[in-house]
Amino acid sequence: MTQPSLWHVLQPKWRTALQRIREERSRGGSGKMLLLTLVGLAFWVGVYGVLYRILKYFRGVEEVGPLLAAKLLGLVLLSFIAILVLSNVITALSSFFLAKDLDLLVSAPVDWLRLYLAKLGETLLHSSWMVGLMTVPILAAYGVIYEGGALFAPYAVLTLVPLLVLPAVVGSALTLILVNAFPARRTRDLLSIIALGAAGGVILLFRLVQPERLARPEGFRNLLDFIEVLRTPTSPFLPSEWGTKAIMGFLRDTPDPLPLLLLWSTAAAFVTLGAMLHRELFAQGFTKAQEGAERFVRGKFWRWTLGWVLAPLPVAKREFVLKDVRLFFRDTTQWSQLILLAVLVVVYLFNIKALPLRRGEPVGFFYVTLVSFLNLGLAGFVLASIAARFIFPAVSLEGRQMWLLRSSPLDLRALLWSKYWVGTLPLLVLALLLTGFTNVLLQVGPYMMVVGLVAICGLTLAIAALALGFGALYPQFETENAAQIPTSFGGLVYMMATIALLAAVIVALWQAVYAYVRAVYDGRPVVVDGWMIAWFTIAAAICAAATVIPLRIGLRKMESFEF
Amino acid sequence: MIRLENLTKHYGSFVAVDDISLEVPRGVLYGFLGPNGAGKTTTLRMIAGILRPTEGRVLLGGDDVHRDPIPAKMRLGFIPDRPFVYDKLTGAEFLRFVAGLYGQEGEAVDRRIAELLEVFELASWKDELVEAYSHGMRQKLIISSALIHRPEYIVVDEPMVGLDPKAARLLKDIFRQFVARGGTVLMSTHTLEVAEAMCDRIAIMQHGKIVADGTVDDVRRQHRAGDATLEELFLKLTGGARVRALVEVLGG
Repeated sequence: MTQPSLWHVLQPKWRTALQRIREERSRGGSGKMLLLTLVGLAFWVGVYGVLYRILKYFRGVEEVGPLLAAKLLGLVLLSFIAILVLSNVITALSSFFLAKDLDLLVSAPVDWLRLYLAKLGETLLHSSWMVGLMTVPILAAYGVIYEGGALFAPYAVLTLVPLLVLPAVVGSALTLILVNAFPARRTRDLLSIIALGAAGGVILLFRLVQPERLARPEGFRNLLDFIEVLRTPTSPFLPSEWGTKAIMGFLRDTPDPLPLLLLWSTAAAFVTLGAMLHRELFAQGFTKAQEGAERFVRGKFWRWTLGWVLAPLPVAKREFVLKDVRLFFRDTTQWSQLILLAVLVVVYLFNIKALPLRRGEPVGFFYVTLVSFLNLGLAGFVLASIAARFIFPAVSLEGRQMWLLRSSPLDLRALLWSKYWVGTLPLLVLALLLTGFTNVLLQVGPYMMVVGLVAICGLTLAIAALALGFGALYPQFETENAAQIPTSFGGLVYMMATIALLAAVIVALWQAVYAYVRAVYDGRPVVVDGWMIAWFTIAAAICAAATVIPLRIGLRKMESFEF
Repeated sequence: MIRLENLTKHYGSFVAVDDISLEVPRGVLYGFLGPNGAGKTTTLRMIAGILRPTEGRVLLGGDDVHRDPIPAKMRLGFIPDRPFVYDKLTGAEFLRFVAGLYGQEGEAVDRRIAELLEVFELASWKDELVEAYSHGMRQKLIISSALIHRPEYIVVDEPMVGLDPKAARLLKDIFRQFVARGGTVLMSTHTLEVAEAMCDRIAIMQHGKIVADGTVDDVRRQHRAGDATLEELFLKLTGGARVRALVEVLGG
């Protein structure tokens, strides 16, 4: 029998993607596309600009400059490969073992090699597109600074392709082995914990090493030692090192075909080995992937604890809150993100503690107040990101069960109420801890402490409402993975709206805080006068409007949902 | 009584349900028949308050489902064709949650849950997560959830799909008893034997319109079908010629 071509196997995915674009267009999505393109371009320009300045500076430094540029590229490529391996492991689990088209493909007379290559391609594309886009401004900056010329672009692509293929093969192979050892659904749980634990560990380690010390000249003992360290490759066996050598060789007019040859031959060898492993292990792994749903469930913990606390609430609201809390803690992919969150909070507080603010007293007071004030914006941004991850998808995740909610006499206000408070209360605790601890670490006065705590409460209530409101306005009912929902267009609009809110509140509050700083500087007593009260009222009104309006709009949108 | 008045549903330019009116009296098991895409599911979802009609209204015991949804929905139990439930809840937790949506709690609910799980042979699975349930078990769980608040009306879309013969028989008995006690069931089905054996009255839908309704005998009389079986009648009204063509294609 003639086997279908690889393109034929991949065609449904391609056509689905095209159809999605067409549907988006017919729904008037060109505005969306324009906004996404603009944001993407702004990001590219930002990355390019920063790197351009760094590389320009490096280029001006004799001897050490090119070494630093190469080292930087090596580090970037190495981190990309590390990210890609993790991302490929997770994506391969879906594309090789949990995808809906597998039943059709596996039952059809499609040979193992085509299946492997098709799924490897799918995995590669899904997990690498973002990294691929990220490398464009980075390599463009290298190309421009080192005058790579027109040929640099195709050369860079030639170098990059095997660098993307290698992690895809390694990630898929790791997943294949893991699925053979554990059931696929358990593997997904396990992976999410490992991946987030590893990411958290790396961030923590990087921060605890205190890289800012390297910027202090007294940190270096000997320049020659430093150059020697730069000359030594991280490891001659790492593909990132070959990639760096290939690119830097081209840019510095010392082309060497060996690194490129190494990259391509290793990629080819890895694809072959990956295919062989797939032939041996896929069938068994795929069978195991059909099993493995969790059966036993832990007792009645939530009913006896939270259920008791919520007893005064009407039964519908109480059961809704209990249901949401249970679903969250039983889904490993959800709660495991709390690991990363905890690490980020520790790093955040560590950064505040490490700020060199207490060198001279008068400057200290101003900077302490300024940092404490700006911390509101930063904490607000952190809270917005958390809300994007946990509150924004709340309405979308009800989509498949909406038949039940809409056919029951449940008032949608109760649903919204429960979603709002289940998301807001933990966020509020975190907000108060972040702001309170930061202010204690900064040793701010009682005025800033009160302003900070009250403002962050108002901001948190508004941020959560915006997340829920925009989540209802831009629902993603078809997405099963909650982690993908915030990366949608609606997620982007929500983040932009939140940044606007933070900016508006900070500008309003600054008027009052500035009056306080002036009073302290002039040695006058701090009096909460009409001016301050007016600005506090404006800030409170902005927060109140940003809380009530999105919830109202969200409710109206939910009432119009059809399934 | 379930009453549909000039019910219409448009999806863009496509008319899924075209100005239908129907009365389902109390104590009747009403069969809703029609080929795929005839508009049955859309109609049932409008009755359940999940879809908003483009025109017309749905009354459940006198209450408009869309204008006055809470009292209307309190009387209704809806069973969809696709059993989507919260995978990370146990069967018992899911039923307690649904009871809560209808404002019910306490020991009476616990007893009712135990009773329903026992009847549908899910008692030994009550503390297992729903993700471990088979399709049929999920379907049984959803049927239990529709009965938990003792509704007056049951609207059910393809109830027999995924059920084993024992559960299918059990469901038929439950519906018959429910109707005998004054309840009303509106049931869409493709299984004509089930409709013929169970339903007091039927309606046949085609292209969004009701093309026939009444008892099976009424429909036979209306369409001069003599003593044709319900299957023959159904094919006559919904395009049986195509079936004959299909048989030829398959080489029959």
